Amino acid sequence: MTATFLILAAITIAGTVATMAMRNLVHCVLALTLGFAGLAALYLQLGAQFVGLTQILVYVGAVAILAVFVIMMTQKPAQTTESIFSSFWLAGSLIAALVFAVLGWAIVSSSTSSRPLPPQAEAAVRPIGDALMHRFVLPLEIMGLLLTAALIGAVVVAMQEKRGTA
Amino acid sequence: MTPPPIQQADQIFVTLQHRVVGYLPIKFQSIADVILSVVAIVLVFALLFAITTVLERKGLGRIQNRYGPNRVGPAGFFQPIADGVKSLTKEDLVPRTADQLVHFMAPVLLVIAAFLAYAVLPVGRNMALVDLNAGVLFFFAVGTLVELAVFMAGWSSRNKYSLLGAMRAIAQMISYEVPLVLASIVVIMAAGSLSTVAIVNMQTGYSGIWPHWFVLTPWGFAGFNLFMIAATAESNRSPFDLPEGESEIIAGYYIEYSGFKFALFFLGEYLGMFATSGLAITLFLGGWAAPFSFLTWIPSYLWFFAKLLLMIAIFIWIRGTLPRLRMDQLMNFAWQFMLPMTLINVFAAGVWHFMPGGVIRWLVCAALLIVPAFLLSRGLKQGKKFAARTYRFAD
Repeated sequence: MTATFLILAAITIAGTVATMAMRNLVHCVLALTLGFAGLAALYLQLGAQFVGLTQILVYVGAVAILAVFVIMMTQKPAQTTESIFSSFWLAGSLIAALVFAVLGWAIVSSSTSSRPLPPQAEAAVRPIGDALMHRFVLPLEIMGLLLTAALIGAVVVAMQEKRGTA
Repeated sequence: MTPPPIQQADQIFVTLQHRVVGYLPIKFQSIADVILSVVAIVLVFALLFAITTVLERKGLGRIQNRYGPNRVGPAGFFQPIADGVKSLTKEDLVPRTADQLVHFMAPVLLVIAAFLAYAVLPVGRNMALVDLNAGVLFFFAVGTLVELAVFMAGWSSRNKYSLLGAMRAIAQMISYEVPLVLASIVVIMAAGSLSTVAIVNMQTGYSGIWPHWFVLTPWGFAGFNLFMIAATAESNRSPFDLPEGESEIIAGYYIEYSGFKFALFFLGEYLGMFATSGLAITLFLGGWAAPFSFLTWIPSYLWFFAKLLLMIAIFIWIRGTLPRLRMDQLMNFAWQFMLPMTLINVFAAGVWHFMPGGVIRWLVCAALLIVPAFLLSRGLKQGKKFAARTYRFAD
Protein backbone atom coordinates (compact mmCIF):
# COMPACT_ATOMS: atom_id res chain seq x y z
CA MET A 1 0.00 0.00 0.00
CA THR A 2 2.25 2.75 -1.20
CA ALA A 3 1.27 6.40 -1.66
CA THR A 4 1.29 5.93 -5.44
CA PHE A 5 -1.16 3.07 -5.18
CA LEU A 6 -3.49 5.09 -2.94
CA ILE A 7 -3.45 8.10 -5.27
CA LEU A 8 -4.09 5.96 -8.37
CA ALA A 9 -6.83 4.00 -6.61
CA ALA A 10 -8.49 7.27 -5.55
CA ILE A 11 -8.35 8.57 -9.15
CA THR A 12 -9.81 5.34 -10.52
CA ILE A 13 -12.63 5.22 -7.98
CA ALA A 14 -13.39 8.93 -8.37
CA GLY A 15 -13.56 8.54 -12.14
CA THR A 16 -15.89 5.56 -12.07
CA VAL A 17 -18.14 7.07 -9.37
CA ALA A 18 -18.37 10.29 -11.38
CA THR A 19 -19.35 8.21 -14.42
CA MET A 20 -22.46 7.08 -12.59
CA ALA A 21 -23.21 10.38 -10.87
CA MET A 22 -22.86 12.88 -13.73
CA ARG A 23 -25.94 14.08 -15.59
CA ASN A 24 -24.40 14.96 -18.94
CA LEU A 25 -23.62 11.81 -20.90
CA VAL A 26 -20.46 13.22 -22.49
CA HIS A 27 -19.20 14.16 -19.03
CA CYS A 28 -19.89 10.57 -17.99
CA VAL A 29 -17.70 9.26 -20.81
CA LEU A 30 -14.89 11.68 -19.93
CA ALA A 31 -15.08 10.58 -16.28
CA LEU A 32 -15.05 6.94 -17.38
CA THR A 33 -11.93 7.70 -19.40
CA LEU A 34 -10.32 9.02 -16.23
CA GLY A 35 -11.19 5.71 -14.57
CA PHE A 36 -9.65 3.76 -17.47
CA ALA A 37 -6.49 5.88 -17.28
CA GLY A 38 -6.24 5.31 -13.52
CA LEU A 39 -6.58 1.57 -14.06
CA ALA A 40 -3.88 1.67 -16.74
CA ALA A 41 -1.59 3.55 -14.35
CA LEU A 42 -2.23 0.85 -11.73
CA TYR A 43 -1.16 -1.83 -14.22
CA LEU A 44 1.97 0.20 -15.01
CA GLN A 45 2.72 0.54 -11.32
CA LEU A 46 2.58 -3.24 -11.01
CA GLY A 47 5.20 -3.53 -13.77
CA ALA A 48 2.80 -4.82 -16.42
CA GLN A 49 3.85 -2.41 -19.15
CA PHE A 50 2.22 -4.20 -22.04
CA VAL A 51 -1.15 -4.57 -20.34
CA GLY A 52 -1.12 -1.00 -19.03
CA LEU A 53 -0.19 0.61 -22.34
CA THR A 54 -2.66 -1.56 -24.23
CA GLN A 55 -5.31 -0.47 -21.76
CA ILE A 56 -4.60 3.18 -22.65
CA LEU A 57 -4.40 2.45 -26.37
CA VAL A 58 -7.64 0.47 -26.52
CA TYR A 59 -9.83 1.96 -23.79
CA VAL A 60 -8.77 5.62 -23.70
CA GLY A 61 -7.99 5.82 -27.39
CA ALA A 62 -10.67 3.69 -29.02
CA VAL A 63 -13.48 2.76 -26.64
CA ALA A 64 -13.94 6.25 -25.19
CA ILE A 65 -13.97 7.86 -28.63
CA LEU A 66 -16.41 5.21 -29.87
CA ALA A 67 -18.70 5.82 -26.89
CA VAL A 68 -18.62 9.56 -27.54
CA PHE A 69 -19.47 9.07 -31.21
CA VAL A 70 -22.36 6.76 -30.36
CA ILE A 71 -23.76 9.22 -27.80
CA MET A 72 -23.58 12.12 -30.20
CA MET A 73 -25.13 10.19 -33.09
CA THR A 74 -28.01 8.61 -31.17
CA GLN A 75 -29.02 11.20 -28.59
CA LYS A 76 -30.00 14.80 -28.40
CA PRO A 77 -27.69 16.72 -26.11
CA ALA A 78 -30.61 17.52 -23.79
CA GLN A 79 -29.82 17.05 -20.11
CA THR A 80 -31.97 14.73 -18.04
CA THR A 81 -33.82 16.42 -15.21
CA GLU A 82 -35.02 13.37 -13.32
CA SER A 83 -33.10 12.02 -10.33
CA ILE A 84 -30.03 9.96 -11.07
CA PHE A 85 -31.25 7.34 -8.59
CA SER A 86 -33.83 4.94 -9.98
CA SER A 87 -36.93 4.11 -7.96
CA PHE A 88 -35.67 0.66 -6.94
CA TRP A 89 -32.17 1.70 -5.85
CA LEU A 90 -32.52 -0.16 -2.53
CA ALA A 91 -33.09 -3.56 -4.16
CA GLY A 92 -30.37 -2.80 -6.70
CA SER A 93 -27.75 -1.98 -4.08
CA LEU A 94 -28.76 -5.09 -2.09
CA ILE A 95 -28.20 -7.31 -5.13
CA ALA A 96 -24.91 -5.55 -5.89
CA ALA A 97 -23.72 -6.07 -2.30
CA LEU A 98 -24.69 -9.76 -2.48
CA VAL A 99 -22.81 -10.28 -5.75
CA PHE A 100 -19.79 -8.49 -4.29
CA ALA A 101 -19.92 -10.66 -1.17
CA VAL A 102 -20.07 -13.88 -3.22
CA LEU A 103 -17.19 -12.76 -5.46
CA GLY A 104 -15.12 -11.66 -2.47
CA TRP A 105 -15.78 -14.95 -0.67
CA ALA A 106 -14.81 -16.91 -3.79
CA ILE A 107 -11.57 -14.97 -4.18
CA VAL A 108 -10.57 -15.18 -0.53
CA SER A 109 -11.31 -18.91 -0.23
CA SER A 110 -9.67 -19.90 -3.53
CA SER A 111 -6.33 -21.66 -3.49
CA THR A 112 -4.63 -19.08 -5.76
CA SER A 113 -4.88 -16.25 -3.23
CA SER A 114 -3.02 -18.21 -0.53
CA ARG A 115 -0.20 -19.18 -2.88
CA PRO A 116 2.86 -16.92 -2.55
CA LEU A 117 3.50 -14.62 -5.50
CA PRO A 118 6.46 -15.46 -7.75
CA PRO A 119 9.36 -13.15 -6.92
CA GLN A 120 9.85 -11.85 -10.49
CA ALA A 121 6.32 -10.95 -11.52
CA GLU A 122 7.23 -8.43 -14.21
CA ALA A 123 5.22 -9.18 -17.33
CA ALA A 124 7.68 -8.11 -20.01
CA VAL A 125 6.63 -7.75 -23.63
CA ARG A 126 8.79 -10.60 -24.94
CA PRO A 127 7.27 -13.46 -22.87
CA ILE A 128 3.78 -12.23 -23.77
CA GLY A 129 4.68 -12.13 -27.46
CA ASP A 130 6.30 -15.58 -27.27
CA ALA A 131 3.23 -17.03 -25.57
CA LEU A 132 0.88 -15.45 -28.12
CA MET A 133 2.93 -16.59 -31.10
CA HIS A 134 3.76 -20.13 -29.94
CA ARG A 135 1.48 -21.63 -27.35
CA PHE A 136 -1.66 -19.58 -27.98
CA VAL A 137 -1.28 -19.02 -31.71
CA LEU A 138 -4.49 -20.89 -32.59
CA PRO A 139 -6.77 -18.86 -30.27
CA LEU A 140 -5.07 -15.71 -31.56
CA GLU A 141 -5.75 -16.67 -35.18
CA ILE A 142 -9.37 -17.54 -34.37
CA MET A 143 -9.83 -14.18 -32.65
CA GLY A 144 -8.34 -12.42 -35.66
CA LEU A 145 -10.65 -14.30 -38.01
CA LEU A 146 -13.66 -13.47 -35.85
CA LEU A 147 -12.79 -9.76 -35.75
CA THR A 148 -12.19 -9.67 -39.51
CA ALA A 149 -15.56 -11.33 -40.07
CA ALA A 150 -17.21 -8.74 -37.81
CA LEU A 151 -15.47 -5.94 -39.73
CA ILE A 152 -16.59 -7.27 -43.11
CA GLY A 153 -20.09 -7.80 -41.72
CA ALA A 154 -20.26 -4.18 -40.57
CA VAL A 155 -19.18 -2.98 -44.02
CA VAL A 156 -21.78 -5.20 -45.72
CA VAL A 157 -24.53 -3.86 -43.46
CA ALA A 158 -23.47 -0.27 -44.15
CA MET A 159 -23.36 -0.90 -47.91
CA GLN A 160 -26.90 -2.29 -47.99
CA GLU A 161 -28.18 0.75 -46.16
CA LYS A 162 -26.55 3.00 -48.71
CA ARG A 163 -28.13 1.09 -51.59
CA GLY A 164 -31.54 1.33 -49.95
CA THR A 165 -31.44 5.12 -49.67
CA ALA A 166 -30.06 5.69 -53.16
CA MET B 1 41.54 7.52 -16.94
CA THR B 2 39.68 10.19 -18.91
CA PRO B 3 37.88 9.26 -22.12
CA PRO B 4 39.03 10.86 -25.40
CA PRO B 5 37.68 14.37 -26.11
CA ILE B 6 35.29 13.14 -28.83
CA GLN B 7 33.54 10.89 -26.36
CA GLN B 8 33.54 13.71 -23.79
CA ALA B 9 31.77 16.05 -26.21
CA ASP B 10 29.30 13.31 -27.05
CA GLN B 11 28.41 12.69 -23.42
CA ILE B 12 28.74 16.29 -22.17
CA PHE B 13 25.08 16.64 -21.15
CA VAL B 14 24.99 13.23 -19.51
CA THR B 15 28.13 13.97 -17.43
CA LEU B 16 26.83 17.44 -16.60
CA GLN B 17 23.62 15.99 -15.30
CA HIS B 18 25.51 13.42 -13.21
CA ARG B 19 27.69 16.21 -11.78
CA VAL B 20 24.75 18.41 -10.81
CA VAL B 21 22.80 15.52 -9.32
CA GLY B 22 25.90 14.38 -7.44
CA TYR B 23 25.87 17.56 -5.32
CA LEU B 24 22.49 16.65 -3.85
CA PRO B 25 21.86 14.28 -0.92
CA ILE B 26 21.35 10.68 -2.03
CA LYS B 27 17.69 10.74 -1.02
CA PHE B 28 16.78 13.34 -3.68
CA GLN B 29 19.14 12.15 -6.41
CA SER B 30 16.79 9.96 -8.42
CA ILE B 31 13.97 12.51 -8.42
CA ALA B 32 16.36 15.39 -9.27
CA ASP B 33 17.68 13.30 -12.13
CA VAL B 34 14.20 12.93 -13.60
CA ILE B 35 13.27 16.58 -13.03
CA LEU B 36 16.44 17.79 -14.76
CA SER B 37 15.71 15.62 -17.82
CA VAL B 38 12.09 16.75 -17.97
CA VAL B 39 13.08 20.43 -17.73
CA ALA B 40 15.65 19.92 -20.48
CA ILE B 41 13.08 18.26 -22.77
CA VAL B 42 10.48 20.98 -22.14
CA LEU B 43 12.96 23.81 -22.73
CA VAL B 44 14.65 22.36 -25.80
CA PHE B 45 11.48 21.39 -27.64
CA ALA B 46 9.64 24.60 -26.73
CA LEU B 47 12.63 26.50 -28.15
CA LEU B 48 12.55 24.32 -31.25
CA PHE B 49 8.85 25.19 -31.59
CA ALA B 50 9.70 28.91 -31.45
CA ILE B 51 12.42 28.53 -34.08
CA THR B 52 10.18 26.39 -36.29
CA THR B 53 7.39 28.98 -36.37
CA VAL B 54 9.83 31.55 -37.77
CA LEU B 55 11.38 29.09 -40.20
CA GLU B 56 7.96 27.97 -41.37
CA ARG B 57 6.67 31.49 -41.94
CA LYS B 58 9.83 32.49 -43.71
CA GLY B 59 9.92 29.31 -45.79
CA LEU B 60 6.27 29.59 -46.78
CA GLY B 61 6.88 33.25 -47.58
CA ARG B 62 9.73 32.35 -49.92
CA ILE B 63 7.61 29.67 -51.62
CA GLN B 64 4.83 32.25 -52.11
CA ASN B 65 7.16 35.01 -53.35
CA ARG B 66 7.08 37.22 -50.27
CA TYR B 67 9.42 37.95 -47.38
CA GLY B 68 7.71 36.55 -44.32
CA PRO B 69 8.39 38.08 -40.88
CA ASN B 70 11.42 40.38 -41.02
CA ARG B 71 10.76 43.21 -38.52
CA VAL B 72 11.45 41.90 -34.99
CA GLY B 73 15.12 41.34 -34.22
CA PRO B 74 17.77 40.27 -36.76
CA ALA B 75 15.98 39.06 -39.92
CA GLY B 76 12.77 38.66 -37.96
CA PHE B 77 14.09 35.90 -35.70
CA PHE B 78 12.67 37.39 -32.49
CA GLN B 79 9.15 37.15 -33.91
CA PRO B 80 8.19 34.24 -31.55
CA ILE B 81 8.89 36.46 -28.52
CA ALA B 82 6.56 39.12 -29.90
CA ASP B 83 3.96 36.44 -30.66
CA GLY B 84 4.30 34.99 -27.17
CA VAL B 85 3.84 38.38 -25.49
CA LYS B 86 0.88 39.07 -27.73
CA SER B 87 -0.90 35.81 -26.92
CA LEU B 88 -0.18 36.20 -23.19
CA THR B 89 -1.68 39.70 -23.06
CA LYS B 90 -4.75 38.86 -25.17
CA GLU B 91 -8.10 38.48 -23.51
CA ASP B 92 -9.00 34.87 -22.80
CA LEU B 93 -12.48 34.51 -24.25
CA VAL B 94 -14.68 31.59 -23.27
CA PRO B 95 -18.12 31.34 -24.93
CA ARG B 96 -21.01 31.75 -22.50
CA THR B 97 -22.57 28.42 -23.46
CA ALA B 98 -19.25 26.56 -23.40
CA ASP B 99 -18.54 23.79 -20.96
CA GLN B 100 -16.08 25.76 -18.82
CA LEU B 101 -14.04 22.94 -17.27
CA VAL B 102 -13.74 20.77 -20.40
CA HIS B 103 -12.99 23.87 -22.47
CA PHE B 104 -10.11 24.66 -20.11
CA MET B 105 -8.82 21.08 -19.86
CA ALA B 106 -8.59 20.40 -23.61
CA PRO B 107 -5.45 22.47 -24.44
CA VAL B 108 -3.79 21.34 -21.21
CA LEU B 109 -4.36 17.67 -22.00
CA LEU B 110 -3.14 18.18 -25.56
CA VAL B 111 0.17 19.70 -24.45
CA ILE B 112 0.67 17.07 -21.72
CA ALA B 113 0.09 14.27 -24.23
CA ALA B 114 2.47 15.90 -26.71
CA PHE B 115 5.24 16.25 -24.13
CA LEU B 116 4.76 12.73 -22.72
CA ALA B 117 5.73 11.25 -26.08
CA TYR B 118 9.27 12.64 -25.73
CA ALA B 119 9.91 10.44 -22.69
CA VAL B 120 10.91 7.49 -24.86
CA LEU B 121 12.75 9.28 -27.69
CA PRO B 122 16.52 8.78 -27.54
CA VAL B 123 17.86 12.20 -28.63
CA GLY B 124 21.48 11.09 -28.23
CA ARG B 125 23.69 8.29 -26.96
CA ASN B 126 22.45 7.50 -23.39
CA MET B 127 20.03 10.40 -23.73
CA ALA B 128 16.55 8.86 -23.49
CA LEU B 129 14.55 9.84 -20.42
CA VAL B 130 13.30 6.29 -19.86
CA ASP B 131 14.17 3.10 -21.69
CA LEU B 132 10.78 1.42 -21.54
CA ASN B 133 10.44 -2.23 -22.38
CA ALA B 134 7.47 -1.26 -24.55
CA GLY B 135 8.67 2.18 -25.69
CA VAL B 136 7.02 2.28 -29.12
CA LEU B 137 3.75 1.12 -27.59
CA PHE B 138 4.01 3.92 -25.01
CA PHE B 139 4.48 6.44 -27.82
CA PHE B 140 1.30 5.34 -29.61
CA ALA B 141 -0.63 5.07 -26.34
CA VAL B 142 0.01 8.69 -25.35
CA GLY B 143 -0.68 9.67 -28.96
CA THR B 144 -4.28 8.55 -28.52
CA LEU B 145 -4.73 11.12 -25.74
CA VAL B 146 -4.48 13.79 -28.44
CA GLU B 147 -7.70 12.50 -30.01
CA LEU B 148 -9.47 12.85 -26.70
CA ALA B 149 -8.17 16.41 -26.26
CA VAL B 150 -9.35 17.33 -29.75
CA PHE B 151 -12.78 15.94 -29.03
CA MET B 152 -12.95 17.83 -25.72
CA ALA B 153 -12.03 21.07 -27.48
CA GLY B 154 -14.54 20.60 -30.27
CA TRP B 155 -17.42 19.48 -28.10
CA SER B 156 -17.02 21.89 -25.20
CA SER B 157 -16.96 24.98 -27.42
CA ARG B 158 -20.66 24.51 -28.34
CA ASN B 159 -20.00 25.64 -31.84
CA LYS B 160 -21.07 23.78 -34.97
CA TYR B 161 -17.85 24.53 -36.79
CA SER B 162 -15.67 23.37 -33.95
CA LEU B 163 -17.69 20.15 -33.58
CA LEU B 164 -17.39 19.51 -37.32
CA GLY B 165 -13.66 20.16 -37.12
CA ALA B 166 -13.27 17.80 -34.18
CA MET B 167 -15.24 15.08 -35.99
CA ARG B 168 -13.06 15.45 -39.05
CA ALA B 169 -9.89 15.43 -36.95
CA ILE B 170 -10.88 12.33 -34.98
CA ALA B 171 -12.01 10.42 -38.08
CA GLN B 172 -8.74 11.32 -39.77
CA MET B 173 -6.56 10.47 -36.77
CA ILE B 174 -8.22 7.09 -36.18
CA SER B 175 -7.99 6.18 -39.86
CA TYR B 176 -4.34 7.13 -40.19
CA GLU B 177 -3.30 5.61 -36.89
CA VAL B 178 -3.78 2.15 -38.44
CA PRO B 179 -1.21 2.64 -41.25
CA LEU B 180 1.06 4.55 -38.85
CA VAL B 181 1.28 1.61 -36.44
CA LEU B 182 1.43 -0.99 -39.22
CA ALA B 183 4.25 0.92 -40.94
CA SER B 184 6.32 0.88 -37.75
CA ILE B 185 5.66 -2.83 -37.14
CA VAL B 186 8.23 -3.78 -39.79
CA VAL B 187 10.97 -2.15 -37.71
CA ILE B 188 9.78 -3.89 -34.56
CA MET B 189 9.88 -7.18 -36.49
CA ALA B 190 13.43 -6.52 -37.67
CA ALA B 191 14.75 -5.26 -34.34
CA GLY B 192 12.86 -7.82 -32.26
CA SER B 193 12.20 -5.22 -29.60
CA LEU B 194 9.70 -2.51 -28.69
CA SER B 195 12.33 -0.48 -26.85
CA THR B 196 13.31 2.68 -28.75
CA VAL B 197 16.84 2.54 -27.32
CA ALA B 198 17.34 -1.03 -28.51
CA ILE B 199 15.97 -0.14 -31.97
CA VAL B 200 18.50 2.70 -32.35
CA ASN B 201 21.33 0.50 -31.07
CA MET B 202 20.49 -2.02 -33.81
CA GLN B 203 21.18 0.66 -36.45
CA THR B 204 24.50 2.04 -35.20
CA GLY B 205 26.77 -0.37 -37.12
CA TYR B 206 28.44 0.36 -40.48
CA SER B 207 29.28 -1.73 -43.56
CA GLY B 208 32.23 0.11 -45.08
CA ILE B 209 31.11 3.72 -44.78
CA TRP B 210 27.39 2.94 -45.09
CA PRO B 211 25.17 2.83 -42.00
CA HIS B 212 22.79 0.00 -41.05
CA TRP B 213 19.71 2.21 -41.08
CA PHE B 214 16.43 0.45 -41.67
CA VAL B 215 15.49 2.99 -44.35
CA LEU B 216 18.21 1.51 -46.57
CA THR B 217 16.26 -1.71 -47.15
CA PRO B 218 13.27 -2.06 -49.52
CA TRP B 219 10.75 -2.61 -46.72
CA GLY B 220 12.38 0.13 -44.63
CA PHE B 221 12.18 2.63 -47.47
CA ALA B 222 8.54 1.81 -48.17
CA GLY B 223 7.80 1.79 -44.43
CA PHE B 224 9.46 5.17 -43.97
CA ASN B 225 7.44 6.76 -46.76
CA LEU B 226 4.16 5.24 -45.56
CA PHE B 227 4.99 6.28 -41.99
CA MET B 228 5.71 9.86 -43.02
CA ILE B 229 2.47 10.15 -45.03
CA ALA B 230 0.49 8.82 -42.07
CA ALA B 231 2.44 11.10 -39.71
CA THR B 232 1.53 14.14 -41.81
CA ALA B 233 -2.11 13.16 -41.52
CA GLU B 234 -1.78 12.40 -37.79
CA SER B 235 -0.38 15.85 -37.08
CA ASN B 236 -3.11 17.53 -39.18
CA ARG B 237 -0.67 19.23 -41.49
CA SER B 238 -1.18 20.23 -45.09
CA PRO B 239 -2.21 18.53 -47.40
CA PHE B 240 -4.21 16.72 -44.70
CA ASP B 241 -5.26 19.84 -42.75
CA LEU B 242 -9.00 19.47 -43.35
CA PRO B 243 -9.86 19.66 -39.65
CA GLU B 244 -8.68 23.27 -39.75
CA GLY B 245 -9.86 24.04 -43.29
CA GLU B 246 -10.06 27.84 -43.04
CA SER B 247 -12.14 28.16 -46.19
CA GLU B 248 -14.88 25.76 -45.04
CA ILE B 249 -14.97 25.45 -41.25
CA ILE B 250 -12.87 28.49 -40.33
CA ALA B 251 -10.41 26.94 -37.87
CA GLY B 252 -12.03 23.69 -36.83
CA TYR B 253 -11.92 22.64 -33.23
CA TYR B 254 -10.02 25.63 -31.93
CA ILE B 255 -12.26 28.31 -33.34
CA GLU B 256 -13.43 29.33 -29.85
CA TYR B 257 -9.96 29.53 -28.34
CA SER B 258 -8.11 32.77 -27.99
CA GLY B 259 -4.98 34.12 -26.37
CA PHE B 260 -2.69 31.68 -24.64
CA LYS B 261 -5.02 28.69 -24.95
CA PHE B 262 -4.80 29.05 -28.72
CA ALA B 263 -1.01 29.27 -28.39
CA LEU B 264 -1.11 26.03 -26.38
CA PHE B 265 -3.00 24.31 -29.21
CA PHE B 266 -0.45 25.61 -31.65
CA LEU B 267 2.36 24.35 -29.41
CA GLY B 268 0.71 20.96 -28.98
CA GLU B 269 0.28 20.52 -32.70
CA TYR B 270 3.92 21.34 -33.47
CA LEU B 271 5.16 19.19 -30.59
CA GLY B 272 3.13 16.31 -32.00
CA MET B 273 4.77 16.84 -35.37
CA PHE B 274 8.27 16.89 -33.84
CA ALA B 275 7.52 13.78 -31.80
CA THR B 276 6.29 11.73 -34.77
CA SER B 277 9.27 12.96 -36.81
CA GLY B 278 11.49 11.95 -33.91
CA LEU B 279 9.93 8.49 -33.88
CA ALA B 280 10.43 8.21 -37.65
CA ILE B 281 14.10 9.12 -37.12
CA THR B 282 14.37 6.58 -34.31
CA LEU B 283 12.72 3.79 -36.26
CA PHE B 284 14.05 4.28 -39.77
CA LEU B 285 16.85 6.89 -39.87
CA GLY B 286 19.13 5.45 -37.21
CA GLY B 287 18.20 7.82 -34.38
CA TRP B 288 21.33 9.62 -33.21
CA ALA B 289 23.71 7.56 -35.41
CA ALA B 290 25.88 9.38 -37.93
CA PRO B 291 25.07 8.79 -41.62
CA PHE B 292 28.66 7.78 -42.52
CA SER B 293 31.26 5.96 -40.47
CA PHE B 294 33.80 8.81 -40.88
CA LEU B 295 31.38 11.34 -39.35
CA THR B 296 30.98 9.59 -36.00
CA TRP B 297 33.14 12.25 -34.29
CA ILE B 298 30.22 14.70 -34.41
CA PRO B 299 28.23 14.36 -31.16
CA SER B 300 25.17 12.12 -31.36
CA TYR B 301 22.60 14.69 -30.20
CA LEU B 302 23.65 17.04 -33.03
CA TRP B 303 22.84 14.28 -35.53
CA PHE B 304 19.42 13.75 -34.01
CA PHE B 305 18.53 17.43 -34.19
CA ALA B 306 20.02 17.81 -37.68
CA LYS B 307 17.75 14.99 -38.87
CA LEU B 308 14.80 16.54 -37.04
CA LEU B 309 15.39 19.94 -38.69
CA LEU B 310 15.63 18.22 -42.07
CA MET B 311 12.27 16.54 -41.46
CA ILE B 312 10.76 19.89 -40.41
CA ALA B 313 12.10 21.48 -43.61
CA ILE B 314 10.41 18.73 -45.65
CA PHE B 315 7.16 19.31 -43.76
CA ILE B 316 7.32 23.05 -44.54
CA TRP B 317 8.12 22.33 -48.17
CA ILE B 318 5.15 19.96 -48.50
CA ARG B 319 2.86 22.48 -46.81
CA GLY B 320 3.91 25.18 -49.23
CA THR B 321 3.47 23.11 -52.38
CA LEU B 322 0.52 20.72 -52.04
CA PRO B 323 -3.16 21.71 -52.06
CA ARG B 324 -5.61 20.45 -49.47
CA LEU B 325 -7.41 17.14 -50.13
CA ARG B 326 -11.13 16.52 -49.97
CA MET B 327 -12.56 14.50 -47.07
CA ASP B 328 -13.59 11.48 -49.17
CA GLN B 329 -10.22 11.47 -50.96
CA LEU B 330 -8.50 11.49 -47.60
CA MET B 331 -10.47 8.53 -46.26
CA ASN B 332 -10.23 6.52 -49.48
CA PHE B 333 -6.50 7.06 -49.55
CA ALA B 334 -6.12 5.78 -45.99
CA TRP B 335 -8.24 2.65 -46.35
CA GLN B 336 -7.73 1.72 -50.00
CA PHE B 337 -4.07 2.51 -50.53
CA MET B 338 -2.21 3.01 -47.23
CA LEU B 339 -3.68 0.02 -45.39
CA PRO B 340 -3.05 -2.61 -48.12
CA MET B 341 0.42 -1.22 -48.78
CA THR B 342 1.43 -1.39 -45.11
CA LEU B 343 0.17 -4.99 -44.90
CA ILE B 344 2.16 -5.92 -48.03
CA ASN B 345 5.15 -4.20 -46.47
CA VAL B 346 4.84 -6.37 -43.35
CA PHE B 347 4.84 -9.42 -45.64
CA ALA B 348 7.89 -8.11 -47.54
CA ALA B 349 9.77 -7.59 -44.27
CA GLY B 350 9.00 -11.20 -43.34
CA VAL B 351 10.31 -12.45 -46.70
CA TRP B 352 13.45 -10.33 -46.22
CA HIS B 353 14.03 -11.91 -42.82
CA PHE B 354 13.89 -15.48 -44.08
CA MET B 355 15.80 -15.07 -47.37
CA PRO B 356 19.61 -15.37 -47.53
CA GLY B 357 21.37 -12.03 -47.94
CA GLY B 358 22.40 -10.81 -51.38
CA VAL B 359 21.16 -9.09 -54.53
CA ILE B 360 18.32 -11.57 -55.08
CA ARG B 361 16.81 -10.73 -51.69
CA TRP B 362 16.90 -7.06 -52.64
CA LEU B 363 15.22 -7.65 -56.00
CA VAL B 364 12.53 -9.97 -54.62
CA CYS B 365 11.57 -7.60 -51.79
CA ALA B 366 11.62 -4.52 -54.03
CA ALA B 367 9.41 -6.32 -56.58
CA LEU B 368 7.08 -7.42 -53.77
CA LEU B 369 6.51 -3.74 -52.98
CA ILE B 370 6.71 -1.97 -56.34
CA VAL B 371 4.39 -4.31 -58.29
CA PRO B 372 1.48 -4.13 -55.77
CA ALA B 373 1.91 -0.36 -55.43
CA PHE B 374 1.71 0.01 -59.22
CA LEU B 375 -1.26 -2.33 -59.57
CA LEU B 376 -3.07 -0.75 -56.63
CA SER B 377 -2.75 2.77 -57.98
CA ARG B 378 -3.83 1.56 -61.45
CA GLY B 379 -6.86 -0.17 -59.93
CA LEU B 380 -7.87 2.82 -57.86
CA LYS B 381 -7.56 5.11 -60.88
CA GLN B 382 -10.09 3.10 -62.86
CA GLY B 383 -13.46 4.72 -63.43
CA LYS B 384 -12.21 8.14 -62.41
CA LYS B 385 -11.76 11.02 -64.79
CA PHE B 386 -8.73 13.23 -64.41
CA ALA B 387 -8.95 16.37 -66.50
CA ALA B 388 -8.18 20.04 -66.17
CA ARG B 389 -10.60 21.73 -63.80
CA THR B 390 -13.29 23.77 -65.49
CA TYR B 391 -14.83 26.84 -63.92
CA ARG B 392 -18.30 28.11 -64.68
CA PHE B 393 -17.86 31.73 -63.72
CA ALA B 394 -14.22 32.37 -63.03
CA ASP B 395 -12.88 31.95 -66.58
